[in-house]
Amino acid sequence: MTAVTDKPRATRASAAGSSGKGCPVQVPAPFDYARATSVADALELLERHGPESHVIAGGHSLLPMMKLRLARPEWLIDINDVAELGHLTEEADVLRVGALTRHAALLDSDVVGRLFPIVHDAEKVIADPVVRNRGTIGGSLGQADPAEDLTTVCDVLRAQVVIVGPAGERVVDIGDFHRGPYETACEQNELITEVRFPIRARSSSAYEKVERRVGDWAVAAAGAAILLAEDGTFADVAIGLTALGLEGLATEAAAVLVGERPSEELLAEAGRLAAVASSPVEDQRGPVDYKRHLADELTRRVLRRSLERVGATAGALQGG
Amino acid sequence: MQVTMTVNGTEVTRDVEPRLLLVHFLRETLGLTGTHWGCDTSNCGTCVVLVDGEPVKSCTQLAAMTAGHEVRTVEGMAAGGTLDPVQQGFMEEHGLQCGFCTPGMMLTARALLDRNPDPDEGEIREAISGQICRCTGYATIVRSIQWAAAHPAAETTDQEVRA
Ligand SMILES: Cc1cc2nc3c(=O)[nH]c(=O)nc-3n(C[C@H](O)[C@H](O)[C@H](O)COP(=O)(O)OP(=O)(O)OC[C@H]3O[C@@H](n4cnc5c(N)ncnc54)[C@H](O)[C@@H]3O)c2cc1C
Ligand code: FES
Ligand code: FES
Repeated sequence: MTAVTDKPRATRASAAGSSGKGCPVQVPAPFDYARATSVADALELLERHGPESHVIAGGHSLLPMMKLRLARPEWLIDINDVAELGHLTEEADVLRVGALTRHAALLDSDVVGRLFPIVHDAEKVIADPVVRNRGTIGGSLGQADPAEDLTTVCDVLRAQVVIVGPAGERVVDIGDFHRGPYETACEQNELITEVRFPIRARSSSAYEKVERRVGDWAVAAAGAAILLAEDGTFADVAIGLTALGLEGLATEAAAVLVGERPSEELLAEAGRLAAVASSPVEDQRGPVDYKRHLADELTRRVLRRSLERVGATAGALQGG
Repeated sequence: MQVTMTVNGTEVTRDVEPRLLLVHFLRETLGLTGTHWGCDTSNCGTCVVLVDGEPVKSCTQLAAMTAGHEVRTVEGMAAGGTLDPVQQGFMEEHGLQCGFCTPGMMLTARALLDRNPDPDEGEIREAISGQICRCTGYATIVRSIQWAAAHPAAETTDQEVRA
C-alpha cells in the first residue's frame, strides 16, 4: 500500500512513546498484547477481547499501519508461536500452505517452485529479503492491499482459503475471499489457517512485476496460470493484474484463449483485453497510459512464459 | 508487561509497554545504541538485528513479539576481543563511510555467510538489497563481505584494531 511505505516523515507523531525525552518517535498507540499458543487459543483470545482485537503475524503490514494510526487495535493477538499454522504439505491434488508460512519459506521451497513457479516469480520481487523473513502468506491475504502480489498469485491459481472461527471451519474460494481493498471474508473473530493450491497436470504459471526499485510495491504486475488440453489447446486460463485497478480475474482476456491453440496473435489479443479490463490510477508510480501499456505487455509475457514452462514440464514427463 | 529475551548471549528481563518496538527496546531500554534507527518505515534496514539468526527489521517488530527469542546486535559480533571477520572485512575494504547503515549491513552479512559461506556477488547484493547505504555506492560493502567470506577465521584483536 503506497500510503504506508511512501508516507513522508512529516506524519511522524511526536508521541511520548518509548523515548520519553521529547524526541519525535513514531510509535503505535497503546494496546494490550497476548500470545496465542494454538488456533483454538487464538480464537478464544479474539472472542474474549472483542471487536478491537486483531491478529498479528509478521506485523510488516499491521505495524506500519499502526504507527500511522491507520489501524488502532486495542489488543494484538500474536500468532507467531502457533506451530500448526506453519506447514507446507504436498498431497496428490493440492498443496496446503499454513497461514504463517513466511515469504522466505515459500521462496526456499523446491516443492512450491516445481508446482507453482508463479509463486517464486512473485516472491523474488515481494519487498526485500529481510522483510520476507517476517511477512506471511496469511498476513498478505489478510491485508488485502490492492498492490499485494500474492493476491494476484492466489487468484490465478484458483486458491482456496481456509478460515476457522467460533462456528468452525469453512473453505472459501479466493474470489469470494476478497471483498475489495483491505476487506476480506475473514471476520475479526476468525483466523485464516491455510491456503490451498489445486495441483493440475499440464499446467504452469508465471508472474512479472515492474517496480521502481528493488523492494518496492508494484507499478504494475501481471500473473497467469494455464492448463493445456491433450491436443495442446488451452483448457483453462486465468489472468490477474496487480495494482491496476482490476478486482478478480481478467475473464475476457482469458476467454479468447480457451479452446484455442497458442499463437502470438492470440496472446496479443489477450494482452489487449487485459489492458481494457484494467483501470489504473495515476500516482507517483506512473501515469495511466503507461500502466495500461504494462497491463498489455506483462500479460503477454506471463502467458508466453507459462507456455514455455508447460513445454518444459511435458518434455520432462516424456523423457522420464 | 514483562519480557525476557536473550540479547548477545545474556538473558534480559524488563518491564515494557506492549507497543515498544524492538529497536527502541535495544537502544533505549538496554542502551545498546549500536543498532541504528532510520526511516522507521521498514525500508532502510539500518535497524536490522538477528533474531534467532535471521535478519529482521527491528523497527517493525515489537519487543513483546521478541520475548523468548535470541537477539544479536552489532555489539554482539566481536567475541572476546576478536572482531568478527565481517567487521574486519568492513575495515579492510572500506565498507563504510558515515557508518549509519553499517550495523545492519554487517549483521545481514553475518547471517548470509552463516547460511552460505561462499556467496557470489549476486547473492551478496540480493542479501543486502533491503538495506540502503547513502555513502559507499555498495561496491565496497560487497567487497567487504567477499573479504569476510575469504577469511572465515580472521583474527584481529581489539588491540590491533586500535593500533
Ligand atoms: C518495506 C516493505 C515492502 C513491501 N513490499 C511488498 C511488495 O512489494 N509486495 C507485497 O505483496 N507485499 C509487500 N509488503 C508487505 C509484506 O508482504 C507483508 O509482510 C504482508 O503484506 C503482510 O504479512 P504479515 O505477516 O506481515 O501480516 P501482518 O502485518 O501481521 O498482518 C496484516 C493483516 O492481516 C491480518 N492477519 C495476519 N495473519 C492473519 C491470519 N492468519 N488470519 C487472519 N488475519 C490475519 C492482520 O490482522 C492484519 O490485519 C511490503 C512490506 C514492507 C514493510
Ligand atoms: S529504521 Fe527500520 S528499516 Fe529503517
Ligand atoms: S556508510 Fe553512510 S549510509 Fe552507508
